[in-house]
Amino acid sequence: MIQTLTTPDGLVGIIFLFMVVVTLIGGLVASASERLVRAVIGLVISFVGVAGLYYFLNSPFIAMMQVLIYVGAVAVAISFAIMLAAPEEKKKFSPTNPLTGPLGLISAALLTSGLITIALKTTWPIMPKVNNGSVKIIGIQLLTNHSMVFELISIVLLIAILGALVIARGGREH
Amino acid sequence: MTLTFLNIFIAVVIAIAFVAANAAYLVWCERKGAGFIQRRPGPTENGLWGLLQPPVDGIKLMTKQLMIPGGVDKIVFIIAPVLAMFPTIISFVTIPFSDQIVAHNMNIGLLMIFVFGSMSAMALLMAGWSSRNKFAMISSVRAVSQAVAYEIPMLVTTITVVMIAGSMDLMEIVHKQGGGFWHWNIWPLQNGLFNVLMPFSFLIFFICSLAETNRAPFDLGEAESELVAGYHTEYSSMGFGLFFMGEYANIVIGACLTTILFLGGWDCPFGLFPGVWWFLLKIYFLIFTFIWIRWTFPRTTIYSLLNLSWKVLIPISLFNLLLTAGLLKVF
Repeated sequence: MIQTLTTPDGLVGIIFLFMVVVTLIGGLVASASERLVRAVIGLVISFVGVAGLYYFLNSPFIAMMQVLIYVGAVAVAISFAIMLAAPEEKKKFSPTNPLTGPLGLISAALLTSGLITIALKTTWPIMPKVNNGSVKIIGIQLLTNHSMVFELISIVLLIAILGALVIARGGREH
Repeated sequence: MTLTFLNIFIAVVIAIAFVAANAAYLVWCERKGAGFIQRRPGPTENGLWGLLQPPVDGIKLMTKQLMIPGGVDKIVFIIAPVLAMFPTIISFVTIPFSDQIVAHNMNIGLLMIFVFGSMSAMALLMAGWSSRNKFAMISSVRAVSQAVAYEIPMLVTTITVVMIAGSMDLMEIVHKQGGGFWHWNIWPLQNGLFNVLMPFSFLIFFICSLAETNRAPFDLGEAESELVAGYHTEYSSMGFGLFFMGEYANIVIGACLTTILFLGGWDCPFGLFPGVWWFLLKIYFLIFTFIWIRWTFPRTTIYSLLNLSWKVLIPISLFNLLLTAGLLKVF
């Protein structure tokens, strides 16, 4: 046991497992906590775990971007929304429909079992390394091979900004 | 294997020691500077010129009881000050003080500093929310909206510098500015470009680092005349101490970044006495400017603060970005 842990492969496995556990714990906190702001903090922990996985998979740039955008911007925006919408949040809320609990549980169980069977039955091919994950190569790829995706994302963001402006303007008199 | 672990350990210890020493003695500098500007002596009682004041203050803070008021969200309340302090310490790992003195140089070092810088907004939010105190809540909302607003012009001006240097490696950025005073990024002449907006870029970056570190005149987050003490109203003992040290550590980070991006890092002007002391001289000059501004400017209001960012700094920095891109394409 200890020998496998001290070999490079064993250590890599431990780091990978640690990141996975951090991600999962964050997810659990996010979905199970009663207070909304605590759920956001769980989400942040989960994001950091995912960033760790990216770093583990040798793409530090994506890992940094994950933290910068999701922890620094998205989580802060979500907390703002919570604070503006519900300053005195209720501690508990019961599901309005009695079917919500059991049905949700069943669908979640079905989805999980399906994913597990797919994951176990697939033979995972080991892909060759596409590039070294440096900023330069990612930039070139984004603006040449994947420029369509890049542009579409910017259009989605533009529409989101316009939508926010329309909603914000709607409440005003002038 | 053991050697690298030892190296990492030593680097981390030096980083923490540097942060703690700076945080402690910058408080002393701040009080002395405030005294000088307001024509009073500042701390004088403990040691020569009050130099023993910081360790005494530290002991006082550590021996006080850590009060956790009833009704606060305990876990978040305890995590918040740690989260305010820890990212700034990590940021020091990648800052190059000279050609040799750097704990771990990364090719995305600049990005890493911004990543850990963005975590402090989350810490303020957590502190303000978990305190269950209206002043703390208002303060944290203010501080975060300010941090978000000023992060944009800061990042845009940084992108300008990154485009000129062609790298996010802090070492590389400093090397690109090598060769004397007029090659630094603050001057319009660098690298054959004639970008007249560069001094303004420097100014924007400096203003943003003032705002990002919640310093006067932008310290709306802890406006003591309106909000008691802002997001750390409910914190006592070392919880407060960590926020306080985090603030000063952030000031040092801001000064280091400004020096590296615009003032040529450890590069010496006109070939005079090259060495690490140029870097230290530049950052301490900038920190002195931080203190100088704090005690000579009144606090702004939250609206003029946000307007300054969204209506003045962001357009200018975006224009400079376009101009730099165009100039780089032409020359």
